Amino acid sequence: MLAAAVLAVFRLTAQVRPSAAQAKYRQYPAPNTQHLGANTMNLLITGARVVDPSQQLDATLDILIEDGTIAKVDSNIKSNVDAFDATGLVATPGFIDLHTHLREPGQEHKETIATGTRAAVAGGYTAVCAMANTVPPNDERAVTEMVVAESARNGRCRVYPIGAVSKGLKGEELAELADLRAAGCVAVSDDGKPVWNAQLMRRALEYCSMLGMPLVAHEEDANLNEGGVMHEGYVSTLLGMRGIPAASEETLVARDVILAKLTGAHVHIAHLSTAGAVEAVRRARADGVKVTCEVTPHHLALGDDALRSFSTNLKMNPPLRSEMHRQAILEGIADGTVDAIATDHAPHHFDEKNVEFDLAPFGVIGLETAFAVCYDRLVQAKVIDLARLVDLLSCGPARTFRLPGGTLRPGALGDVTLLDLDARFEVGRQFHSKASNSPFIGETLQGRVAATIVGGAVKHRKP
Amino acid sequence: MRTATSALRSKDLLGIEPLTPEEITLILDTAEGFKEVSERPVKKVPALRGQLVINLFMEASTRTRVSFEIAEKRLSADTLNFAASGSAVEKGETLIDTADNLVAMHPNMIVIRHKHPGSPKMLADRYENISIVNAGDGAHEHPTQALLDAFTIRERLGRLQGVNVTIVGDIKYSRVVRSNVHLLTKMNANVTLAGPPTLMPVEVEKMGVRVVHSLDEAIEGADVVMMLRIQLERQGKLSFPSLREYYNTFGLTRERLRRVKEGVLVMHPGPMNRGVEIASEVADDPNVSVILEQVTNGVAVRMAVLYLLGGAHATES
Repeated sequence: MLAAAVLAVFRLTAQVRPSAAQAKYRQYPAPNTQHLGANTMNLLITGARVVDPSQQLDATLDILIEDGTIAKVDSNIKSNVDAFDATGLVATPGFIDLHTHLREPGQEHKETIATGTRAAVAGGYTAVCAMANTVPPNDERAVTEMVVAESARNGRCRVYPIGAVSKGLKGEELAELADLRAAGCVAVSDDGKPVWNAQLMRRALEYCSMLGMPLVAHEEDANLNEGGVMHEGYVSTLLGMRGIPAASEETLVARDVILAKLTGAHVHIAHLSTAGAVEAVRRARADGVKVTCEVTPHHLALGDDALRSFSTNLKMNPPLRSEMHRQAILEGIADGTVDAIATDHAPHHFDEKNVEFDLAPFGVIGLETAFAVCYDRLVQAKVIDLARLVDLLSCGPARTFRLPGGTLRPGALGDVTLLDLDARFEVGRQFHSKASNSPFIGETLQGRVAATIVGGAVKHRKP
Repeated sequence: MRTATSALRSKDLLGIEPLTPEEITLILDTAEGFKEVSERPVKKVPALRGQLVINLFMEASTRTRVSFEIAEKRLSADTLNFAASGSAVEKGETLIDTADNLVAMHPNMIVIRHKHPGSPKMLADRYENISIVNAGDGAHEHPTQALLDAFTIRERLGRLQGVNVTIVGDIKYSRVVRSNVHLLTKMNANVTLAGPPTLMPVEVEKMGVRVVHSLDEAIEGADVVMMLRIQLERQGKLSFPSLREYYNTFGLTRERLRRVKEGVLVMHPGPMNRGVEIASEVADDPNVSVILEQVTNGVAVRMAVLYLLGGAHATES
């Protein structure tokens, strides 16, 4: 009897032994997509032009979502579930943002998970990846779990947390990356800061290759920047502002593609902004290195010349670059070097931005304007076609971080974005985001998000 | 040839870059009249009587602040000097809150000096009925300095067109150089910039200037040599190895000046680091140095600017 009790206790403890936990990590658990309990709805979307580059689809069809997943995409589907008349609209797989700062926990005066995801669905995003530089940073399981729990409670779209690479984002010791992965992180990043220590970078990459998740690299050499607030070039010379040279980004991209080659790990370059960085990624990829990259809508649409206004809504890191760099990233968009368009949505409070340019924090919001900016400046401007844009906003992000979604194939998540390509509108000062630090206020853009559907539930609908 | 202008288009003077050559000429011509006022026994005219001018100096300054204050007093304006030290700025009040409070007391003009580029524009955009005068914003612009430099050159040499001006030193961190390059190139003078590459801002050639890295080459054929202060407080230790080496490479000495043509003017916006960028024997030589004349002319030029923005602008509109 005593022996049986001892054995029972032994069995209990055995279950939480490290070896058992490690076995779980080895399975690289798929990211939790069941955050939103209510999002297992039924919906029939009728009459939309379905553009799904994941299956080379561009045709007017109906989409049937059952229990939150795509059941069928076909013409004239008959079903008695709730219908959404999407005649005249374009339906695409839901947009996925690989780079969002939701600011919660710790900086709720800038944004919260509730307001950030409200902004996301208003911009057509059905999922966002939440960066780790919160307060405290997402460098341990408890923070990840808080983000997941709050997203389930108050989020409007799926939230995939990104964990920190290093404890406290200090670039000194590795965070518990396997534990972060197990808790639901889909990638790791010290974004906001580079991993300046090359040895730590190497070890982090090696460790991530075991966990099967990408390391998202924010590339800047702080020494080369030395207090820079804008791109170093003719405009910074004219304005007398301290410059951030393109070399600051390019030297670190060069280092990290070399380390990715050395370790065989997947490095994902965040908010790539320079010609040299595009070229480094292009060459490394041709060389078989596992490197992917994203660019932001603002780097695609705007240049450093705009800073003559001294508007703090044009201050972000990396900075708006010169026309030569902008053209180079447009080329990267067109030739396939760039895997995803990511917003780097970085909300700040009005008071924080209402100061001298030098003193304002880096960052701009982007979730609500991303599609319109890209449709207007890339598709209307004939840099790429609509299918490629959908690839960059949805399928590409899903592939890059190996996330569910990014396709309307049967069995996939019932996440759909509906677009009105003919709508023209002026970007106002009011946003669903808590913040309003957008560089596009006052711009007239073509292409608007008409509705956003997450797991079959309509989470946003333009009235 | 465009017709001569009689007023400035803007309510503000934020820099030289937005000005037309005609506007620059207007300011310089107006300053000639005001220089005469400063030489009278009663050095005062009623042009800005009843107007309140606030000198908002968020950064240390001797020459510019005093010069503006004298200019304002000689125009009969009411003046108020606001210095950041000893004010609520030290308690963390922002520039906008500080300015909003000053504006609530109805000034007509604000003269602002600030270490951050763009701060005068921030105020100019915010207050539509108040003239903002930039008295130096970081390394961006210092328009009245360039105007007084141009006034001095024009008075001594009779013209600006075709004059060879060499500016030497800390080009990267200098607002004086940016305003001067805008002004001199607009007036068709030839500008050469000289200094070590570490103190040269990128792509500065696009401003229409020649860039050289040898002092001897830079001053050869120059009509004017303008020496810039090495801004020891603005840079780390990476721009040049030592002050000694800087003096040996780019310091203006009598020995070096011997190779320059007769009648060259040596200028300096002050404050000088004697024995760093300029030797005392040059700075104090009345045959070449016009450094103190620049200071004298500064008052006349600032009177002209304040008059054209406050007096003339207000009456005409």
